[in-house]
Amino acid sequence: MFSYTLRRLAGAVPTVFVIIAIAFFMIRLAPGGPFDQERSVPAEIQANLERAYHLDEPLTTQFLRYLGNILTGDFGPSFRYKDFTVTELLADGFPVSLKLGLAAMVIALIVGFAAGAYAALRRNSAFDAATMTLAMTGIAVPNFVVAPLLTLTLGVWLALLPVGGWGSFDQAILPVVALAMPEIAYIARLTRGSMLEVLRADFVRTARAKGLSERAMVLRHALQAAALPVLSFLGPTTAAVITGSVVIEQIFGIPGIGRHFVQGALNRDYTLVMGVVIFYAVVIIAFNLLVDLLYPLFDPRVRHD
Amino acid sequence: MSIGRPLRLLQGLFFAAILMLGAAPAWAQAIHLGNGTEPESLDIHQSSGVSEANIQRDLFEGLIAEGPDASLIPGAAESWEISEDGTLYTFHLREDAVWSNGDPVTAGDFVYAFHRGLAPETAAAYAFILYPVLNAEQYVAGEIDDPDAVGIRAIDDRTLEITLKAPTAYFLDMLTHHMAYPLHRASVEAHPGDWTRPGNLVSNGAFTLAEWAPQSFIRLEKNPRYHGADEVALDEIFYYPTEDEGQELQRYRAGELDVTYDIPADQIDWIVANLNDEYRNYPYLGTYYYALNTTIAPFAGNIGLRKALSLAIDREVLTQKITRAGEIPAYSFVPPGVMGYQQQSEDWADWTQEARNARARELYAAAGYGPDNPLEIEILYNTSDNHKKVAIAIAAMWKQTLGVQTTLRNEEWKAYLSSRDEKNFEIVRAGWIGDYNDANTFLELFVSDAGMMNNPGYDNPRYDELVKGGAFETDLAVREGMLEEAERIFLEDSPLIPIYFYTTQHMVKPTVGGWIDNIKDVHPSRFLSVDG
Amino acid sequence: MIEALAAPPRSPWRDAGVRLLRNRAAIVSCVVLAMIAAACALVPSFAQWPLDAVDWSAIQAPPSAEHWFGTDGNGRDLFVRIFYGGRISLTLGLAATLVAVIIGVAWGATAGYAGGAVDGLMMRAVDVLYALPFMFFVILLMVFFGRDMVLMFIALGAVSWLDMARIVRGQTLTLKRREFVRAAHAMGARPTAVVVRHIVPNLLGPVAVFATLTVPRVILFESLLSFLGLGVQEPMTSWGVLISEGASAMESAPWMLLFPAVFLATTLFALNFIGDGLRDALDPRDH
Repeated sequence: MFSYTLRRLAGAVPTVFVIIAIAFFMIRLAPGGPFDQERSVPAEIQANLERAYHLDEPLTTQFLRYLGNILTGDFGPSFRYKDFTVTELLADGFPVSLKLGLAAMVIALIVGFAAGAYAALRRNSAFDAATMTLAMTGIAVPNFVVAPLLTLTLGVWLALLPVGGWGSFDQAILPVVALAMPEIAYIARLTRGSMLEVLRADFVRTARAKGLSERAMVLRHALQAAALPVLSFLGPTTAAVITGSVVIEQIFGIPGIGRHFVQGALNRDYTLVMGVVIFYAVVIIAFNLLVDLLYPLFDPRVRHD
Repeated sequence: MSIGRPLRLLQGLFFAAILMLGAAPAWAQAIHLGNGTEPESLDIHQSSGVSEANIQRDLFEGLIAEGPDASLIPGAAESWEISEDGTLYTFHLREDAVWSNGDPVTAGDFVYAFHRGLAPETAAAYAFILYPVLNAEQYVAGEIDDPDAVGIRAIDDRTLEITLKAPTAYFLDMLTHHMAYPLHRASVEAHPGDWTRPGNLVSNGAFTLAEWAPQSFIRLEKNPRYHGADEVALDEIFYYPTEDEGQELQRYRAGELDVTYDIPADQIDWIVANLNDEYRNYPYLGTYYYALNTTIAPFAGNIGLRKALSLAIDREVLTQKITRAGEIPAYSFVPPGVMGYQQQSEDWADWTQEARNARARELYAAAGYGPDNPLEIEILYNTSDNHKKVAIAIAAMWKQTLGVQTTLRNEEWKAYLSSRDEKNFEIVRAGWIGDYNDANTFLELFVSDAGMMNNPGYDNPRYDELVKGGAFETDLAVREGMLEEAERIFLEDSPLIPIYFYTTQHMVKPTVGGWIDNIKDVHPSRFLSVDG
Repeated sequence: MIEALAAPPRSPWRDAGVRLLRNRAAIVSCVVLAMIAAACALVPSFAQWPLDAVDWSAIQAPPSAEHWFGTDGNGRDLFVRIFYGGRISLTLGLAATLVAVIIGVAWGATAGYAGGAVDGLMMRAVDVLYALPFMFFVILLMVFFGRDMVLMFIALGAVSWLDMARIVRGQTLTLKRREFVRAAHAMGARPTAVVVRHIVPNLLGPVAVFATLTVPRVILFESLLSFLGLGVQEPMTSWGVLISEGASAMESAPWMLLFPAVFLATTLFALNFIGDGLRDALDPRDH
């Protein structure tokens, strides 16, 4: 198990390196630069800017310089938010995205798993139909529609909750709900599907035949087995959700890191983009590893040697 | 921010304690302002946007300041003299001007800030604002290494002398720009890289930086040492980044904001119907236009075709039905309300649209186009609902009146800038907001050697002569005449199509006092107040 | 003779078809989807308003006899634009899914069948792309290639094939051990022939299920790009563009949000039901 983890981590190093290289050259080849503005600056100022940020050097030199810097933990200053380093922006923003994302995922997991499992047990009942219709709606309506609708109804018309900002508990409610909704929907559908499959499986039939009560059977075997596909769904999804959602952050004015993926690329904020890409890659790889390590706990057939 | 949290916790405890005592405290006056985007920097030499300038204006005070209506008022300088030839300015600083840490504001602080702003290592994008100062441009370009050669000098702690390379009518107005603010040398040098953080930032304006939570808010507190502190009503200012205008309006309606940075164009009908008293729109020092690429076919040398396209746009319909935010139809490039300048106008500005259309069809046919041989043209614009709507409407007008086949090309901001600056377009949407209140900031864009800012690639020696000559002319009446003639030549050549003059758009709560709409859209917080 | 021997024991397709026909939700969904697709194909040709015609007397006007679904902020008929938008959204969804399926199946089947170092290398490439934030990836593709529709298909397809490749590889590994594949192999069939003739046809079940679930994902992702202002070029439109325009005029002009949202949601509902139906139908254990 320990050596398995080590091997996986060693294998991740070249992956991260390739990602750094792809992202670095892709963003550099995009038209326009970080300092292009409505007012194009005179040539001598442009030259000063490029010199100050080493943009006048050959691209490969810049790449090597960048690699050297990140090996020492220096991700450089942001080109767009010049008063902050990339490390500071990530250190400030990630806890926010993490809290928001974890809250949404915990809610999504509890609600989605319970609703999906129950719907499977009561297959073709009214509850099943209602849950699945709701789940479908959650998937089918884009969150940039859901979020403004929530703020308009609950924030402006009923004045129950704050519309934007971050810091207090009540400010977190609407964004968490908006973020959790599609995930609830996915998890509910996934759970229902795998639960139905499990209920037909041989070991459940055997358990039934042996006279195990339905309740005990569900609790002891079915739920655990049904959790497997949800678990493999959770890995990448949690990683994606805790690294922030550009829509939710933009609409609710939340200081997370999700917007940096989009705005960083659009602003050609080279250093910030590289920072979030590397960060994202590490989080994804870590979560996939985590899921693989957790898998044996749910499925005794899998073992890592 | 690590500093933020304990502070806010303390604040919370403080309020909780007050509530428990049941006492009615002398409530601190706080204002909550929507401010567009997260500032790129609070460093006066590293920023270039309006959102940053709004905050910097509250933190710092230049030699000249702006009043509640954006008129020029004495700032750190209480008086000044201008030499006969208009090139030597002598400023006398106020005795009671102090930094927020108690140090006096000296002439040397201005010299330090100017040198820093112009130094090539600083790489200030807006350094060109200071180019009227003697040798400033040469120092930026690295042609001069000695900063003392730049025309700014401290005679003593309270006397500052600035030498210009040529008389510049708008120089005092330029001094209100953030590039011309002073800096507290000791604190800047003590915290290289993070002197703009709360706790490190020493400022000389009406407010100090108390808290900065990136992407969330910036909190300023009243500066008790500010010389005009007695007249400042606000105790606290909160600036919020508000990138989504729709959501900004929601926050305003929910009472979370007192003033918005902008309004969502799609909701104008609703605003006018429901919140008309709080809706402010006012002419702005800016022009929205379509530049025609005069360096390539079909526009090169084809003045008739350029005029035809301009004539065929019904600007009244466009502004009243499509943009609908009170924009003013434009028949000139320099907007109305510019100081010391008589607004010019296309000779057909007072025609009916039918007459314009008829003339447009004549010119279009004369240029060799017609139903069998329609003009095929592409409009480049950057991603925005408003630009999209304008482009669609103009394409429809051209199609209806002339039969022009228009393609729309939408690019995201940076790609658009790159296409625009490399002249990789036929027609490009563009806009220009004056850097200062003078016709020069508009007309200098199109002199033949202006570089990338000259979007249409305009080149007329007579125009160059008039605009460049105007910059050096000390007789204001003569200067005005030269600039006005230049614009008339420009309009006659029609290298671009002026469409409308911008208006500023804000929602302002009735509880906000001291707000005066003005053409520069400058509202220093020291003049604002909030009731109840 | 050889063919018969090497073929899978029995084709599950007939049974699956019967099972699918018994799934009422899936059938209704198919009908609804067919109707929407037909409307998108036909309505624009017969409508009284062209795609980009501006009705200057009805700017952002509510639904009326003249404009059944109202007009947008430029006075363009929404009824017509919704069906034009549907063409783009549906084509985009299908085309991108097709790209994803082709790349995913080819990649996954090759990796799974080849095994060894080739498999390792190919799946490492998938890992790398997986760990790239695809938002960033797509935005840069849009920036490079502008708003070309065809390139948009490819960009969206290019980020959607990773899951497909993983699923297919897994299935291929299982199939490789089955008798009929081994038999074909033993009889000296070339590897490409084995993959094309025996592996790929047996992958169709999971691939079909996955594909029906990818179409709605792609359509939704296109709407997200539209929200960020990176949607299709005017005067063309898509449901994503219409919805994001509608969302910003929610209170002034609710019809601009309502109508396209209903079409989008209905279509995604239908696609999901069909996907579920297919999965149930193709799963031999489900009786």
